[in-house]
Amino acid sequence: MPKKLLLTHDHVAGINTYDVYRQMGGYASVEKALKSMTPDAVTEEVKKSGLRGRGGAGFPTGMKWSFLAKPPGVPRYLVCNADESEPGTFKDRYLMERIPHLLIEGMITSSYALGARTSYIYIRGEYFYVSRILEKAIEEAYANGWLGQNILGTDYSLDLYVQVGAGAYICGEETALLESLEGKRGNPRIKPPFPAVAGLWGCPTVVNNVETIAAVVPIVNGGGEEYAKIGVGKSTGTKLISASGHINKPGVYEIELGVPVEEFIFSDQYCGGIRGGKKMKAVVAGGSSVPILPTELILKTAKGEPRLMTYESLSDGGFQTGTMLGSGGFIVMDETTSIVKNLWNFTRFYHHESCGQCSPCREGTGWMEKILHKILAGHGTIEDIDLLWDIQSKIEGKTICPLGEAAAWPVAAAIRHFRAEFEEYVKNPKSIKDVKHYYRLNNLEVPAGLPDIEEKAEVH
Amino acid sequence: MSSNKKIEFSPESLALVQKMIKRYPEGKQKSAVIPILHLAQAEFDGWLSVPVMDYVASLLKIQPIEVYEVASFYSMFNLKPVGKCLIEVCHTSSCWLLGAEDIVAHIGKKLGIKPGQTTPDGMFTLKTVECLGSCGTAPMLQCGAKYHENLTLEKVDNLLDEMKKENKRKTYLDKV
Ligand SMILES: Cc1cc2nc3c(=O)[nH]c(=O)nc-3n(C[C@H](O)[C@H](O)[C@H](O)COP(=O)(O)O)c2cc1C
Ligand code: SF4
Ligand code: FES
Repeated sequence: MPKKLLLTHDHVAGINTYDVYRQMGGYASVEKALKSMTPDAVTEEVKKSGLRGRGGAGFPTGMKWSFLAKPPGVPRYLVCNADESEPGTFKDRYLMERIPHLLIEGMITSSYALGARTSYIYIRGEYFYVSRILEKAIEEAYANGWLGQNILGTDYSLDLYVQVGAGAYICGEETALLESLEGKRGNPRIKPPFPAVAGLWGCPTVVNNVETIAAVVPIVNGGGEEYAKIGVGKSTGTKLISASGHINKPGVYEIELGVPVEEFIFSDQYCGGIRGGKKMKAVVAGGSSVPILPTELILKTAKGEPRLMTYESLSDGGFQTGTMLGSGGFIVMDETTSIVKNLWNFTRFYHHESCGQCSPCREGTGWMEKILHKILAGHGTIEDIDLLWDIQSKIEGKTICPLGEAAAWPVAAAIRHFRAEFEEYVKNPKSIKDVKHYYRLNNLEVPAGLPDIEEKAEVH
Repeated sequence: MSSNKKIEFSPESLALVQKMIKRYPEGKQKSAVIPILHLAQAEFDGWLSVPVMDYVASLLKIQPIEVYEVASFYSMFNLKPVGKCLIEVCHTSSCWLLGAEDIVAHIGKKLGIKPGQTTPDGMFTLKTVECLGSCGTAPMLQCGAKYHENLTLEKVDNLLDEMKKENKRKTYLDKV
């Protein structure tokens, strides 16, 4: 059996309650850290573990913690990023809903390491019901002496609060999140200064993903070196993968980093293969922002080596032939999928979610959406494909936050690997599926001269 | 809400507002604006009118513009009236792959409205939204606090019928 560190008890009845969680060994890391370790020793274990941020960027967590400025007399904050809005990603919700105390425990142990006396969990507004689950767990933790004044009789005190958002993907970007937590619009800040120096209310702040903070629990319990024994190279430990799309068994899987991609997709232990016996066409391996790869390149690298579920193997070949592990949002598409339409879907998403501060992102996402829309409507030209390429290349590196890149990369990758499909749509619009259907659904006038394709459903 | 009704939170909500403000350091009460707008939207008929936003500003001792600019940024805040049941269907990739368009079309047909519209009886508003973090149980929709997952056309029919029978406003703050 592959090793599990986070979802060890996710199916135990009542694991969402304090009593059962505690019976299963919960809160041991808080006891160990507060009673037998200095804060720096906790950070040291996290460094040794090789843990990398699970929110998408994969930045080493121990290093991030050691960058936290510690000016005397100034409060420091730990903020948990539970905004989880990257399309294809739903692991944090699963973890919080099933085992809320694991996140609370991780928050206490991590806050101790960072010297934070007040910490926040910022959760996307749509997860309101999950915020209630967390609040209940926090109440139980206070009632049992794990939060509040002088925890376990030590001189360490901590208050923990849940803050809800209100619908904005951009608030997952850490500085936008901090703005939102300050009660403002979620506009990302220009960096530097980084949150480690000037974050929440100008104070030094660490922002970490839900899964990252949960992983601190097994790291402290078992030691960083033990954790680092799992995985391959610099991809240590386990990772939660959200699997969705045309697979037999969608869901959240905790994998040991290093599982071959082919095994992950086709073995019954994980995704269980493609639905309805169809062939696989493409995979978006790490959430909507990462480059899409066709079947050949997701299963094997350009060098012909089997691709593994690790940060390094998935990015092997750079953007020419590789992708990224990202948030672990693994979307599988079968042979019937229109790559152009999927790209339009993603691009509409980024246009909708752009905060609007930077022209290349605000305008570029809109232009790309419109051009893809035009191609899907059967009015595209070859020049449109080149124009798409040109626009995406002018967003990258020219914006305040990485949403610009997140919007540009999928466009580049889809054209790079599936240009033939774009050209087919341009040359032979009849090959486009569901065109009128699309217009009607979106409440738009159906332009004259569209190919006459049978509709599955109609809105009157 | 009739125009002459006084806008004021219930005593329970007011107590909650005071509790929320204490989550932040002295003088940083503005941080509570989003949670309080949620509370206001749930309590004042499912949307945020200008007088309601002004009331929230007065509670937090901030300028009304500071509330408007927040309310207009976040997609969960309704700046116009909506039906008692706001049906939010996810139409992002994973849900689209598994038939979200058919779900939207079916609801639209059944209710006689298009996305963005409200039924004449004020019961339903249909809205398409972006990924709600439920891609493994696609297609899905949210109504109030509740996620309805692994949808089929039949499930959707039953759901809408039940809601109509229940005839109750759904809010994000509902206990589910
Ligand atoms: C547009 C955008 C959206 C993001 N969304 C999320 C998110 O929903 N959850 C998350 O943990 N990180 C998200 N991030 C990454 C955060 O900025 C940040 O790197 C992360 O929370 C750090 O935590 P980690 O080091 O534990 O991964 C996003 C970044 C960008 C640019
Ligand atoms: S890149 Fe886009 S989302 Fe990011 S700050 Fe600029 S406009 Fe806003
Ligand atoms: S794509 Fe619909 S919930 Fe994620």
